[in-house]
Amino acid sequence: MPLRRITLRVNGTTYTGEAEPRKTLADFIREDCGLTGTHLGCEHGVCGACTILMDGQTVRSCLMFAVQAEGAELTTVEGLADGDRLHPIQQAYWDHHALQCGFCTPGFLMTTVEFLNDNPQPTEREIREGLAGNLCRCTGYQNIVKAVAAAASTLAAASGARRETRTAAPSRATDVMAAPRKTDGTPAASQRPRHSGKTAKRRSGPKR
Amino acid sequence: MKPAPFEYHCPRTVDEGTALLAEYGDDAKVLAGGQSLVPLMNMRLARPANLIDINRIESLAYIRDDGRTLRIGALTRQRATERAPQVSERCPLLRDALRLVGHAQIRNRGTIGGSIAHADPAAELTAILVALDGEVTARGPKGTRVIAARDLFVSYLTTSLDPRELLTEVCFPALPAGAGWSWMEIARRHGEFALAGVGVVLAARGGTIATARIGLTGVGPTPVRPAEAERLLAGRSPSEDLWKGAAEAVRAAVTPDGDIHASAEYRTHVAGVLTQRALREAWERVREAA
Repeated sequence: MPLRRITLRVNGTTYTGEAEPRKTLADFIREDCGLTGTHLGCEHGVCGACTILMDGQTVRSCLMFAVQAEGAELTTVEGLADGDRLHPIQQAYWDHHALQCGFCTPGFLMTTVEFLNDNPQPTEREIREGLAGNLCRCTGYQNIVKAVAAAASTLAAASGARRETRTAAPSRATDVMAAPRKTDGTPAASQRPRHSGKTAKRRSGPKR
Repeated sequence: MKPAPFEYHCPRTVDEGTALLAEYGDDAKVLAGGQSLVPLMNMRLARPANLIDINRIESLAYIRDDGRTLRIGALTRQRATERAPQVSERCPLLRDALRLVGHAQIRNRGTIGGSIAHADPAAELTAILVALDGEVTARGPKGTRVIAARDLFVSYLTTSLDPRELLTEVCFPALPAGAGWSWMEIARRHGEFALAGVGVVLAARGGTIATARIGLTGVGPTPVRPAEAERLLAGRSPSEDLWKGAAEAVRAAVTPDGDIHASAEYRTHVAGVLTQRALREAWERVREAA
């Protein structure tokens, strides 16, 4: 099978690679972009572990071929934190012990980003329905639901505070929440530094 | 690699797409949202030699309201459809059912045409298209043809579309003014395939039911339109006894299979229960609108 040249943007960085058309987007992100935060569980669209944002919307990256994402703007879990500062949703998951083994967490986080973007003040029932496309075998979901509710409060407070102070520079959190930026696939002049899996922060032991 | 190798084609126009299908039809699959096809390919249950990806045919993504009908381009995403104001206004039954199609992550990619062409007998959209007497447009080597919903669904995952035809448009007739509607389904988990589901539209004349439309999903190899139940309701005054009678007629019309999720008996029973609830809700909406 001939290889296809694929150029796409992940977390603001342009990646170009060559892949067979049958390579899934998830495998391309992990193997060709080196971003292994996106996990693969079932590989047929049931577990939600591979959920990413494509042009601002959640998609199952195992149910797309990389060649289909040519020119797309993707956000993966690596794009959430701002350096050492966790995204408010990540912080809420940490604070509420919303993960044990953590395998499903990247998918849950990306689902939560879109969910709270669409519905900033959800009820518990809405949270449960919003998360229904992601499977977790450790937590029993209770703490994930709590974390999403807490993240909603944090984000609401943050956006309220921003409105009051009219801060010009948006935080990384709002950047992720913002409307998708359409690109034509050409590298942008203002590329953010490349995030690689290796620069991920190591933290020993729980915070606090 | 999960899927077997295939030749990838990415047409930009309907003409390019139909030309590719004319060439490879028997040995090709059309890739729209991919939320059913790609799992099948990842499990190698589907191994098309050619994959014709229509996602770049932008002219196939639209929703038009021509007064009587919502004309929806085959590539229109389910999420965009459920959020479209015209759909809420003209066919809220479609909106309500779409919210239960998979999860948001699925509907962001999943398309209206893809769901119809895939013809999963547990899909919501097929039952609605049948209940509303909708139709689809397909283009192939012999030109364009319109296929009525009742002639489209042949069997489990099988339509009367020719392998060389491309589904281009799905038409959902708007609900009559003042009509009541309801979509009800039972699933093990929010977003799962329904064990059974029913869509109902009641049009009223005065205090009686003028016409009833019913479509069921998950209870046979194709979506089910229970003609006897609809006849029973037409011209009658609404009552709990009438809903019960319609539910019995629905149970007689369905032929579900049992599987690990639910037995055939359970699905048959639930189809009746859901019909009763849906008729009740639809009539409440008729009264609210009056």
